[in-house]
Amino acid sequence: MKLDIGYVLRWWARTSSFAKATADRGAPRGVLAVLMGLAFAASAQGARIGDMQETVFVEQVWRFFTMKDAVVRTALLGSVFLGISCGLLGSFIVVRKLSLFGDTLSHAVLPGVAIGYLVAGQKDPVAIFIGATVAGVLGTVMVNLIKKTTHIKEDSSLGMVLAGFYGIGIVLMNRIQKLPTGTQSGVDKFLFGQAAALSSVEVWMIGGVALAAVVLVLVFYRQFLIGSFDIGFAKAMGLPAGLFHYLLMMLLAFTVVVSLQAVGAVLVSAMLVIPAASAYLLTERMHRMLILASVFGIFSGVLGAFFSFLGNSLPTGPLMVLAASSVFTLCFLFSPRHGLVSRWRKRRSREARIRNENTLKAIYQVRESHGFAGEGVKLTDLAERMNEPAADTRRRLADLVATGVCDLKEIEGKSFAFLNPDGWLKACAVVRNHRLWELYLTNQAEYEPDHVHDDAEVIEHVLGEETVRRLERLLDYPSEDPHGKLIPSLADVQRSLTQVSPGEKATGYRMPNQ
Amino acid sequence: MQEVPLETHDLTVAYDKRPVLYGVDVQVPEGKLVGIVGPNGAGKSTLIKAIMGIVPTTGGWVKVFGQSFAKNASRVGYVPQRESVDWDFPVNVMDVVLMGRYGRIGLMGRVSKADKEIAAESLDKVGMLPYAKRQISNLSGGQQQRVFLARALAQESDLYLMDEPFVGVDASTEAAIIELLRELKNRGKTILVVHHDLPTAQTYFDMLMLLNMRLVAFGPTEEVFTQELLQKTYGGRLTILSEVANKVREAK
Repeated sequence: MKLDIGYVLRWWARTSSFAKATADRGAPRGVLAVLMGLAFAASAQGARIGDMQETVFVEQVWRFFTMKDAVVRTALLGSVFLGISCGLLGSFIVVRKLSLFGDTLSHAVLPGVAIGYLVAGQKDPVAIFIGATVAGVLGTVMVNLIKKTTHIKEDSSLGMVLAGFYGIGIVLMNRIQKLPTGTQSGVDKFLFGQAAALSSVEVWMIGGVALAAVVLVLVFYRQFLIGSFDIGFAKAMGLPAGLFHYLLMMLLAFTVVVSLQAVGAVLVSAMLVIPAASAYLLTERMHRMLILASVFGIFSGVLGAFFSFLGNSLPTGPLMVLAASSVFTLCFLFSPRHGLVSRWRKRRSREARIRNENTLKAIYQVRESHGFAGEGVKLTDLAERMNEPAADTRRRLADLVATGVCDLKEIEGKSFAFLNPDGWLKACAVVRNHRLWELYLTNQAEYEPDHVHDDAEVIEHVLGEETVRRLERLLDYPSEDPHGKLIPSLADVQRSLTQVSPGEKATGYRMPNQ
Repeated sequence: MQEVPLETHDLTVAYDKRPVLYGVDVQVPEGKLVGIVGPNGAGKSTLIKAIMGIVPTTGGWVKVFGQSFAKNASRVGYVPQRESVDWDFPVNVMDVVLMGRYGRIGLMGRVSKADKEIAAESLDKVGMLPYAKRQISNLSGGQQQRVFLARALAQESDLYLMDEPFVGVDASTEAAIIELLRELKNRGKTILVVHHDLPTAQTYFDMLMLLNMRLVAFGPTEEVFTQELLQKTYGGRLTILSEVANKVREAK
């Protein structure tokens, strides 16, 4: 990845302007609600324990943000490193559709943790690291073995190994708890995570993995990219794609293993998948996805550690995942392209356009039925044409007036709609699209004339200018539709508009093909 | 002496111990447009994947310009099947075409300005330059195929292996692709194309490889495109061959 700083800054400026834009639409309220929810969960726990007064709460916040405490510093640093490596590796997991594999790996390491503890006789980070890595590799080998030697499919073998290894892990954990030194062992923290219990050795291990992930992804970005997108092509170019695949899997295993203490085996995979999936909704370039996922990972990690600290050592993992899920929810709602809200807005505006176009078409049809005599169209005639109550037609016309192509005038106590030249052009275009398409279906696709109207009702709103020209050419510039009605051609309409002199205007526009 | 772009000897491939290709011997001369045809499951894709070492071979050897594929990989361009990748992947058209340069850039090098120019030229040749910044999921099938072709052009190779480049493309794209292939051929490149449509195969290609788990025939189109040979290729699997393949599998 070319991390030229200017580029990153420019990109960041664009992203943050997007953030601002979404913030205007009520995102801050969302964030606030999430933060309050988390704070509530934390303080409720505090109240139950009964050692958390209001002053203590403020004090705790102060302690966290000043970072005077060594515990806070270690937890914070660990969460930042964790966010980075989970974001980076998670991005590759998501685009390679390996989420379930990540989940299996994170559960499979648990027996290794327990055995590492039992062998070392204490909570020795190195022994646990080795045990967990071995168990993870063993789990992966098992999955592949089942897949290769039987006809059981991958999802089933992943599920079995996940549950099987996890079960062994839980049994071993229980045995450790029953040992004389068991209650102080801290192995229970490996299930749901406790950032505050991180030792400095563990933080350096997380930091080491994060550093390795950043350096390797920076240096070999292109190799990881092509290996994820099209591994066959990478091999065909003679690149060592297999090697980089194993490198990525190794980094993933290390990330899972060192994250255990902070997030816990149950939810590591969520920290891998959720920040990356959020980033995937926001961007369409891999390098931006990597950066965004890391930022989301750090944000979730730190927020989780913070609320865990406030809540008097609540498990960190669930809180981190809760924070990550909140980020995802915001992306899901407000992503400019894929977000629910923006998609809903787009649909609304499309529906409004179709509604207006239908009104224009009806106005055209009413004028057509009167032989294009007179410029205004009576509201009651229009209501009859659209087969709806006059009140609805009035609302429909008010919408059209708001777009600036139509005037509504009261003449002798009756309402008349007048299209301006722009509006008339649009009305002709919709009618032309409809009739051209009907003609195309009957002539070229050989449909019966009574089969084509409904289809044209939809198509008329989506035909682009280019397609219309092609249709006209294909049908040899037709003048009548299958029902014998006139097809206004664009060239004629434009000519008729420009030929009208100011004095003639009162008599109405000249009609196409006259 | 002129180099032979591609030579295989007794090339044999097995999936899960089940043989899909037996002992293929071919010698492809330079500057030819070669079609690989045969029924479904005949091992057409497998053959070109085996040539490039994407699938492991169980016997025989491959020589590309007189040497092993690994040594001459940079002289081979590849167009995989369009369905072989995830088109929702977060990359744009230019990113994909630049991948064609990765083989030459090496593991640690950077994408240079020259690489970008070559990629842009390749896109231009397939008429996709205006789409360079488009996200790949917003492309039609024909456009996706053109992007893959541009990526292969960016490889600047002497031998091209293409897997079903005409599947799911519109008529204008098909015409544009075949014109491009002929132009490549006229510049002395050798092109092997896996193809599934017999009527067009006769007009598109100089030479045909008729394949059905083994090489049925290989030669100039007018000599090979005969009723008898096509019958031999398409007239059902050789039953003994399939039966033996199954026996081998059961024995493992």
